[in-house]
Amino acid sequence: MSEENKNQQEQPLSSGRRDAIKTLVSVPVLGAMAYGVYKKTQYDRSRRNLGDLFKLDPVTPPSAREVAPDGKPIRLGIIGYGIRGKQLLRAAGFAEPSVIDTWKEAARLNSKDTRYKDYVEQESLNLSVTGVCDIFDTYAEAAILSGSNTNREGSGGPFGTPPKRYRYYKDLLAADDIDAVIIAAPDHWHGTMAMDAARAGKHVYLEKPMSWTVPETYMIRDVIKQSGVTFQFGHQGRQTDSYLRARQIIEKNILGPVSLIEVCTNRNDPNGAWVYPIHETANPSTIDWKQFEGNEERIREYLDYMQAHGLARYVGPEPREQFDLKRFFRWRCWWDYSTGLSGDLLTHEYDAVNQILGVGIPYSATSSGGVYFFKDGRTVPDVLQTSFEFPDRDLTMLYSATLASQRSRGKVFMGHDASMELSSSLIVQVDPRSTRYASQIEQGIIKPDTPLITYVPGQENVDAVSSATELYFAQRGLLYAYVNGKRYDTTYLHIREWVECIRNGGTPSCDIDAAFEEAITAHMGTRAYLEGRTMYWDKDKEEIVRG
Amino acid sequence: MVSYSKFQMWWLLALRLLIGWHFLYEGLVKVLNPKWTSLGYLMDSQGWFASLFQSMAGNPGTLAVVNFLNEWGLILIGLSLLLGCLTRLGSIGGILLLGLYYFSHPPFIGSEDLFMLPREGSYLWIDRNLIEMVALAVLYVFPTSHVFGLDKYVSYVLKRKPSKSL
Repeated sequence: MSEENKNQQEQPLSSGRRDAIKTLVSVPVLGAMAYGVYKKTQYDRSRRNLGDLFKLDPVTPPSAREVAPDGKPIRLGIIGYGIRGKQLLRAAGFAEPSVIDTWKEAARLNSKDTRYKDYVEQESLNLSVTGVCDIFDTYAEAAILSGSNTNREGSGGPFGTPPKRYRYYKDLLAADDIDAVIIAAPDHWHGTMAMDAARAGKHVYLEKPMSWTVPETYMIRDVIKQSGVTFQFGHQGRQTDSYLRARQIIEKNILGPVSLIEVCTNRNDPNGAWVYPIHETANPSTIDWKQFEGNEERIREYLDYMQAHGLARYVGPEPREQFDLKRFFRWRCWWDYSTGLSGDLLTHEYDAVNQILGVGIPYSATSSGGVYFFKDGRTVPDVLQTSFEFPDRDLTMLYSATLASQRSRGKVFMGHDASMELSSSLIVQVDPRSTRYASQIEQGIIKPDTPLITYVPGQENVDAVSSATELYFAQRGLLYAYVNGKRYDTTYLHIREWVECIRNGGTPSCDIDAAFEEAITAHMGTRAYLEGRTMYWDKDKEEIVRG
Repeated sequence: MVSYSKFQMWWLLALRLLIGWHFLYEGLVKVLNPKWTSLGYLMDSQGWFASLFQSMAGNPGTLAVVNFLNEWGLILIGLSLLLGCLTRLGSIGGILLLGLYYFSHPPFIGSEDLFMLPREGSYLWIDRNLIEMVALAVLYVFPTSHVFGLDKYVSYVLKRKPSKSL
């Protein structure tokens, strides 16, 4: 060091020209980088112009309005506290204490498990549960407990006032201290209960599908419209922001003419095939079988149709009045109560497509399938393909379902200029033979084999040109949980929209017309399968007619 | 101060400029991209300190600070190495940053299966971050900036200062 100092001091600065150049030797390197960065920015700008071409605006789910903390309290009743009923009441803010226990324990073991935190942070909807109805005692008792779980606590409580249990849904509907009902009974009861609730002046949240028989479908629409109650239909996909985004992409005509849509159901476990566990406490004394059988008028409509078209082999086979635990817990496997794959699962897919494209009721439906894997005595098929034609839109929608493979197939919208796939993320890819983008493809600005738009749910600002990283995370659903905004359960948002409309007026996003279109479409698919021929929709007469 | 042969000096200088370039450009890319965030990288952390890095990403406030420090840290370290200005400080800063990267994405056996982001290259215990860290340590021990760099003047000014006040 001292030697260096000496050197430096001995050197007169004026004679250090050579040294001065040495000290600045790296400045040309900076120049090179500046040039490189300039060229790179120019290149990126050309890519960004492409982004502008596909610029998307922010979307907000229909339920995005702020919840007024001092909103009028709404007194809720729930009919049906099975699998879906539990989920709905939980989304409304009344979880089973045992579920809270599980979530708390999971969060303790794994700090990344935020289900409990997310749940507690959900804004309260200012609801109270004043009545519950289930025809199975164990479920009814569980509903009472959840309804009293006003503090969203585990088994230790403290709990609030327990709701009243009603053994007959009509008694619940007659109660003065109930403003609104959630209906989550089996499919064969949906329409009847919805009509009775509307007639009793209760606001209705109805689980899908809307109806079990075709004749009741028209009646439900009329009754709901005449009653003026606030009706929300249970397709919570209406709140999914990637669907809203997809709608925007369609509106901006980024895909060009869409000629084919493919939607699917892929499940591969007994639970997914409706083989639900049979509860140990279930027996003829804890289950009101008479009420389970259904509404007489509905049953007549069902039998009339089946008999008139030679479909008696699909009825039963056990007599309806015969107590049967399998039929009680696994009712989706028998047409006597079920609407099959069409009503249970196609409806979600169809409603998503109807939300995105506004297709309405199809012109025709053709189905095929069978009971190919779960040969457990069911009458409802476990493999089903239905093709729906929309000639006025120059469009086919293909529904393809199996309950014996869960190979993931997203919703695919195939356009002449680009295709869009909706799964956990949304990906748009330009078609190599696109007319609209031909010149950009030729210039190399658009690469047809790479995703042009990748939308990651929850991300507010969407740039059309996304990175591989974002795509990676999107496909694994990781970013969704950690974006600055909160992560919401769509069922919660769907109930919240309904509640807000009850308080402040307005029509929920999944209204009675959407429900009617859903139900008719599902019935067309089902009838096409049962009768083995194409079903058509007569738009003017509003009737399903045979080919 | 160490004196080098001509070759030693040139190769050390080349190493300094290349690492400087790498840091500066990594920093510029991030600053020029308003959407850039370390969120994904942090969330993808594995190994002993994974939860620490993930908690940095979990809080929007800390994430913003981490992003800022990383972007400007990279730029300043890059400039320091390229210009030969406060190079030893820059080297230490670089070693620290690379150490954080190394420990958030340690190239341990099996960890490559856990990373969600695609990694460039195959590593066993030793990866590019570690090599660059050691290279920076070498530059710390064998400085070149007193000849090729502003440190010639910086050290001059720094040394002059105290004598002034005396």
